[in-house]
Parts: sequence; structure tokens; C-alpha cells
Amino acid sequence: MSTADAGIMGNTERLDVKELDSVTILFAGDSGDGMQVTGSQFTDASVVFGNDISTFPDFPAEIRAPAGTINGVSAYQLHFSNHDIRTPGDAVDTLVAMNAAALKKYLPELRKGGIILVDKAGFGPNELKKVDYASNPLEDGSLSDYRVVALDITPQTIAAVKPSGITGRNAERCKNFYTLGVVFYLYDRPVEPTLLEIKKRFAKKEPAIAEANILAIQAGYNLAHTIELFRTTYRVKRSVFEPGEYRNISGNLATALGVAAAASKSGRKVFFGSYPITPATDILHELSRLKHFGVLTFQAEDEIAAVASSVGASYGGAIGVTCSSGPGIALKSEAINLAVMTELPLVVIDVQRGGPSTGLPTKTEQADLLMALFGRNSDSPIPIIAPATPGECFQAMYEACRLAVKYMTPVMYLSDGYLANGAEPWMVPKVEDLKPFEFGWGLDPATYKPYGRNPATGARPWAVPGTPGLDNRLTGIEKDSQGRINYESDNHQRATTERFAKIAKMAQEIPPIQVAGAADGGDLLVISWGGTYGATLTAVEAVHKMGKSIGHIHLRWLNPLPSDLLGIMKKYKKIVVPEINVGQLAYHLQGTYALPVSSYSRVRGKAFTVGELVTHFNSLLG
Amino acid sequence: MSNETEVVAKKFTPQDFHNGTVVRWCPGCGDYAILAAVQKVLAERERPPHMYTFVSGIGCSSRFPLYMSTYGFHSIHGRALAVATGLKAANPEQEVWLITGDGDCLSIGGNHFIHALRRNQDVKILLFNNEIYGLTKGQYSPTSQMGMINKTAPYGTIEEPVSPIRLALAAGATFVARTSDNDLNHMAEVLRRAADHKGSAFVEILQNCVIFNDKVHEDYYGVKTRKDTLVYLHHGEPVLYGKTVEKALVVDGFKFKSVETAHAGADKPYVFDEHEDTGSIASMLSKLGHPDFPVPVGVFRSVVHPAYHELMHAQIDTARQANGEPDLGKLLKGPKTWVVK
Repeated sequence: MSTADAGIMGNTERLDVKELDSVTILFAGDSGDGMQVTGSQFTDASVVFGNDISTFPDFPAEIRAPAGTINGVSAYQLHFSNHDIRTPGDAVDTLVAMNAAALKKYLPELRKGGIILVDKAGFGPNELKKVDYASNPLEDGSLSDYRVVALDITPQTIAAVKPSGITGRNAERCKNFYTLGVVFYLYDRPVEPTLLEIKKRFAKKEPAIAEANILAIQAGYNLAHTIELFRTTYRVKRSVFEPGEYRNISGNLATALGVAAAASKSGRKVFFGSYPITPATDILHELSRLKHFGVLTFQAEDEIAAVASSVGASYGGAIGVTCSSGPGIALKSEAINLAVMTELPLVVIDVQRGGPSTGLPTKTEQADLLMALFGRNSDSPIPIIAPATPGECFQAMYEACRLAVKYMTPVMYLSDGYLANGAEPWMVPKVEDLKPFEFGWGLDPATYKPYGRNPATGARPWAVPGTPGLDNRLTGIEKDSQGRINYESDNHQRATTERFAKIAKMAQEIPPIQVAGAADGGDLLVISWGGTYGATLTAVEAVHKMGKSIGHIHLRWLNPLPSDLLGIMKKYKKIVVPEINVGQLAYHLQGTYALPVSSYSRVRGKAFTVGELVTHFNSLLG
Repeated sequence: MSNETEVVAKKFTPQDFHNGTVVRWCPGCGDYAILAAVQKVLAERERPPHMYTFVSGIGCSSRFPLYMSTYGFHSIHGRALAVATGLKAANPEQEVWLITGDGDCLSIGGNHFIHALRRNQDVKILLFNNEIYGLTKGQYSPTSQMGMINKTAPYGTIEEPVSPIRLALAAGATFVARTSDNDLNHMAEVLRRAADHKGSAFVEILQNCVIFNDKVHEDYYGVKTRKDTLVYLHHGEPVLYGKTVEKALVVDGFKFKSVETAHAGADKPYVFDEHEDTGSIASMLSKLGHPDFPVPVGVFRSVVHPAYHELMHAQIDTARQANGEPDLGKLLKGPKTWVVK
């Protein structure tokens, strides 16, 4: 056991700085320990330094589960590197565990030889008992495969912040910043930007808190430095980015900004009808603050009212957007079909989460694909767009709004818990580069037909109530091109065919598919969609580098499917779809193209690791 | 979207509000009278047809918008109020009317009813109450009387009916009224009041389903008996009824009692105040019913509170003033960016 007992002074071994390509840190502690703050502070410091980063928070479904229990552990995983990365990391290099529960929960994620940084105060008899540790893992030799750094973080923090006048429980709360200081030292991060940030955030309202946090960071950093806590510290150099202006962004925030951009660029209001549900609610939070951009947020009494009000708003001339997760989408299906039948613009955001019924509310899954495709009564075609990365959520959302209007149709937007909460650097787009909205066709009162069709798109005209001469009565009942109720069999056949033809036409909006790896055909084609993009592409690149004949495509459109997809699929001997569900896209592709497609399915509430994908692809390649 | 010149110059006829479609309710259905009354009342006003939107759910009554020359949205069962909520927020210049039935509004749509009223959504809600499901051919509804025999209750219903008026008052509706499809002048007067109300205007229209629940309101709304079985509410006037106006309603603790005015003694007839803000008196009135009491009709409550869309747009204006002109470029950049050269 190589416990570096920080209490022992006089470690005189010479400090050694080691260069690394990438590092994954996991900050874990009790819900009240402030681990999300610690993680995001380290993230900010890393992006400002110039690393590429990918982050993922992991919090419990319970708001305040009993302290010290496994259910109460909240964590933040951060992957930073000197090169382009796309996932929050397969295995953890450094685990920060503020108590025994955090250690127990996340130890399996730590690689052998990794660093464990713990607060001894979180390993008292009570804390050990709560998570069924028979003996103290810090002392019983069970952690001998790792490098354990056990510090008296709690008492040292309290002592360090004394000059600020902050005492007791509030002083103890600063221990996350003390820990941050230690980790800053370990990974050779400058502390100044973080200190400035704290001053900016707290200095006016709570100067004493600001001072305490700063003292805590400095104390942690100095302790690590003075007593040479780590024999080796690490450095990860800057990554190479495409030139441009960047910010760090999560998928939910990017989605919200996409909605605001749609309101701003279209010149129409966006009506955002939503009902709180994990993990989608952040989007409603964000947009509620952006009213001045022309976003009308409405917290409805239930999921059905959320979507129905959005459909009503679209009839009224705004762009209706509704937002939920799987259980809520299930409730919305009848009203989505009203928008299908009345051909009104509507965007349905589904931030997918795990499991049927309540399932795993805070965990990720991509198992709503078939519901999005088929989960409504009768033949009900709607386009489906799925972003691949947190940053891409912006563009995908903006396109969803733009195309809902251009084609007069509901658009399903499938994000997931992983994209929603994951974050990465994002090159900020230029407002003038956003494509314009296109509407206004067919509104001459002399020739107006409520269900006349724009030959370029198949869209019917969008007449806004209040316009003289364009009065119309919409109904969910089948109707003729004048909008008159019509139950005749030939008319239903015609109308159904037209609804399908319109959605099929949207394939003209899909850019050509980019094939990574073996681009001209070969032994194995990997097809991914949604949030599995990063892990899948990374794994395919690794296998391709080994000299294997493997190609990768990522679908951002699930309906209609890209028109060049079949041609590409035919060029490979085998096709596999890795998915966080039991094989929904694989099923859909086989049904659509009658080609054999195998599925790599994992439903553990978390993202794929690159390693497991590499292993699976290699096994298929023999 | 304003058409002020047109609004001032033009006078309308009821025919201007009809779109020429053949009306397809059953012969003798009370809905015809309501359609005629609405078209008559709208024609008296200055607002042109294209500045109205009629929204409905599903049910016999919900076909109503399809016969109007206004904008209209025949939506899905129970959700019309939610549809109307979004529509009014997006397009506040439109005057939004909502046509619903007892099943649509109070059963499948009960939740939206409560929340639209408590938010004071600026929508005129006309509830056609015939105490039966008509379009699905004769099942009991949430307003069917206890014991009523019908297709889904061959031994009689075992459910207490809901009082639409009482529910609306409990939800905080700012305008609540009751009238009937066979009381044409009264219906027109109530509709005029509803049309001019800012905020949620809820009107229960006792409506006759000639096929599945014929004469359901006849016991108290029959032309011959109604003077004894109805009491018309008039703001600022004592609540009196009877063939020779010989009876009065008197407040007796937390309820009403009926007295002969000739023998009233110290009992003073209640002078009706529709602006009474707590809604307590209106609620007490809503509990009166046949056969023990006359059925109150007219406006139960009319108070002025800000409408939801007004508050919503006021917040947006405030946010605009506080934040200045929205700058999308700045928003996308967020609090912190870095430049890679």
C-alpha cells in the first residue's frame, strides 16, 4: 500500500512532472458536499487553459437522500486532454471521494494504479457503517492497487478559512474548494482564473464567503505544494482547436439557445409549453429567463396541456415547442397527432431517460426511438432529428424549429440524459450564418386553400388568425384540400399519401452522409445515432488504426432516413448498430432495408465506454 | 393585425358569422338555438369575424366552430382549453371563444378547466350541458343526475353529479353565468355580458339533447313552470321569483332560504351583488337546485382581475426594458468565451 499519508511531513523526494495526453477525474461526495461546483470550476479552469474537455455529472434522483448513503452520492466526471476528445472518459484516473459512500460507489470506475484522494472525516465509524464497510478501507489494505491520498480536509479547511470570519457548518462547506486546490496542484492548473471567478460571483453579495472559498483553495494548493503531497504531478498540454470563439456548453443549454435563436431569427414568437420532468426541465428553466427574446414560456398543468397549448400557439402564428422526457411524450401522443393531422408546426423535445414507467429518471438511455417513429395512433409520419453532441444540440434544435415551419409538421427532437447534462467546448456560431426561416407561401386570399400544397415542400399555407380573407377551421377529422370534413375512402387514401410524401420530401434537407474510417466499403459498417456518437467514432478510429476494415456513419436524421444510406450500407459485409436500448435502430433499419443488421445493446443507464465498443467491433471483425 | 378602419365602418349580420356549411346536428337539438344566439350577439359588436377564433374539443357541441365564418380549431377531446391558452398567448388580439360539453369540459378536460379558470385565461367558455354523452350515443356524463338510467348505467348511476357553476367558482373564475337554450333573450343577454368580460367568462348553457336525454331541464326550465322554478339573478336587485314575484331568497347563516315576501317579517330579501369578490354568496347560490329551491340563472359572479396573457406580455415587456434589445450573438456567447487563433 502506497498511502501517501499527508500527515507525515518531510517527504523530500524530488517533485517530478509527467506529461499526459488526457486525464479523467471524478469528483464524488455527498449531495451537500458541492461536488458539481468543484467539477465545473475545474472544467472552467481547463477550458480557459486550452484543453479539450468532456464532462458528465451524475446525480441522485433523490434531492437530499440521507447523508453518507450511496443514494446520496453526487458526482462529476471530467475528461480533459491535449487532443480532440468526445467522451467523458472510460476509466477514471483520479477519484476524489469526500466520504466512504462516494468511494464505495465509484471505486469500480477507477483504473488500477489510479489516485484516490479522500477526506478522512468522511471515513468515521458512522460513515463506514452506513455503507457496510466492515473495516476502514483506508487502513485495511483493500486499496493496495491504488495510490491513496488521505487528507484531513475538513479540519484543515475550517482552520484555513478562519480569517474570513466564517465558522462552523459554513466553514466546513468550503472543503470542496480546499479539495479543488489540491487537485489544481496535482494537475498543474493555475488557480488565478478561479479566484477571479469566485470574487466576481460572491464578492458583492457575500464577501466573507468569497474570502473563505479563496482561502480554502489556496490552503489546499499550498498544502499539496509545501508538503509535496504527490511524488509526481501531471500536466496536460493545450489541445488544438479549429480557430474561433469557444464556450463550454451542456446539451440542455444548447437546446434552449436553439429555441431562443429560432424566435430571434424567425421573427415569430416561440411558445414553449412544458411541464417539469427530469432530465428536460433545465431547458424550461433557461428559456423562462429569455422572455425578452420572444420566447413565451408556459408551465402547463400537465404534459397534455403543455403540448396542446403549443399546438394552439402554432395555430395562432407562433412556433409551438413542447419539451419533456419519455413518460411525458407518451402522454402527448394524441396532441402530437393533432398537429400531424392539422399540419401545424410543432417541435417535440424528448430528452430521453432510462427505463419504462418512471424507470431511471436521472440516467440516460436512447430507447424512445420507436415511440417517436410509431408511438401514435394510425399512420402518423413525423420527422425525427437527433443531435450527436452537447454542442450540436443548438443547431439541431434550430433546424427542428426551422423545418417544422418550412414543412408545416411536428418535428421530434431526440436528445438524451447524456447529451443533456454532458458538456464540451462549443464554437459559438455567428448569428448571420443561421439559415433563414421560410414561410408565407399560399396566403393570397383569392387562391387560398387551407390544405393547398407548396410544390417545393408539400407544406400547406400557415394562415394566422386575424388575417382578413384567410379564415379557416382546422379539425382533427379527415378533410379535403379545402379543409372540409370528408370521410370518403378515396379522400383518406389521398390525404394519407400526401402526409407521407411531405415527410419523405424532407430528405432533401439532409446533407450527404460522411463516412469515417474505411469510407469506400469494407468488412464492417458501424451505424450510430444520438449521444453514442463520441464513444462510437473514437472506438471505430481506434479499430481502423489497427488496420481493420471498418467504417462509421452517424445518423442525425432518423426519419426520413438519408437517401444515400442504403447505398452505403450495401458496401459493407457486416453492419452493427451500437445503441443504449435493446436494438431499436437496428430493428428499424432491417425493417426498412431488409438487410441484416446486428445490434450491440447495453442498457445500464450510462454511456458506452470506448473500450467495450473496440472489443465488440474487433470480435465482429474476427 | 388591427383593422381599425374596417372595424369602425362595418356592421355585421348574423349571416356574416355563418360560413355556409350545412349544420349537421340532430333536428330539434338545442345547439341550433345557441349557434343562432352567438351569431346574433357577435353581429351586434364591432369586431369582424376574422378577429375571433372559436376553439372546441370533441363532442356534439364541438362541431360548432366548423359552422362559423371566424377562425376555428376543432381539436381533441378535453384539451380545447389548453389549445385556447396557447392560441391566446401567441395571438392576444384574437378574441377566443371556446365551445365544450359536459363530458369534454368536466370529465376528460376537468384538469384544464380548473387551471384555465384559476389563471383567468381570456377565453369565453360556453359549456353546453345536456347531462349525457351524445356523440357516443347515450352514456352518463359527470353532470348526469344520481340514479339516471342510461346505456352504461342500466341500473342507474351511482355517482353524484358535479355542479359546473360551483366548480368554476371554486377555481376562481372571474365571470360565471348560467342560461338555457330555450330562453333566447336571456341567453343573448348573458352572451353579451360574457363577450365583454376581460378574462375567463364561463357560461353554463342548459342544453337539450333531443335524442338521448330529452327534456332533462324541463322540470325547472319548462315554459309553463319556470316562473316558480327559476330565479333570475340581477345585480343590485333583490332576489325574487314566483308567478307574482311573491317569493324571495333570504340569507340564513351559510345558506339561503326561500320566504313568501308577504310573510317575510324581519327577513330581508338578499340584494344580489355579482361583484362580491370572495365568491361565497355565488357559491351558496350555486347550491340551490330543483325541487327544493328555484334554479338560479343569470350572472353569478363578475369581477375584474388581470388576464393571464396580459400578465405574460407585461412580464415580457418588463424583461425587455430590463435587458434592453435582445442580442442573440451575445446570448450565444454566454458569460465566458475564449478565442482560439
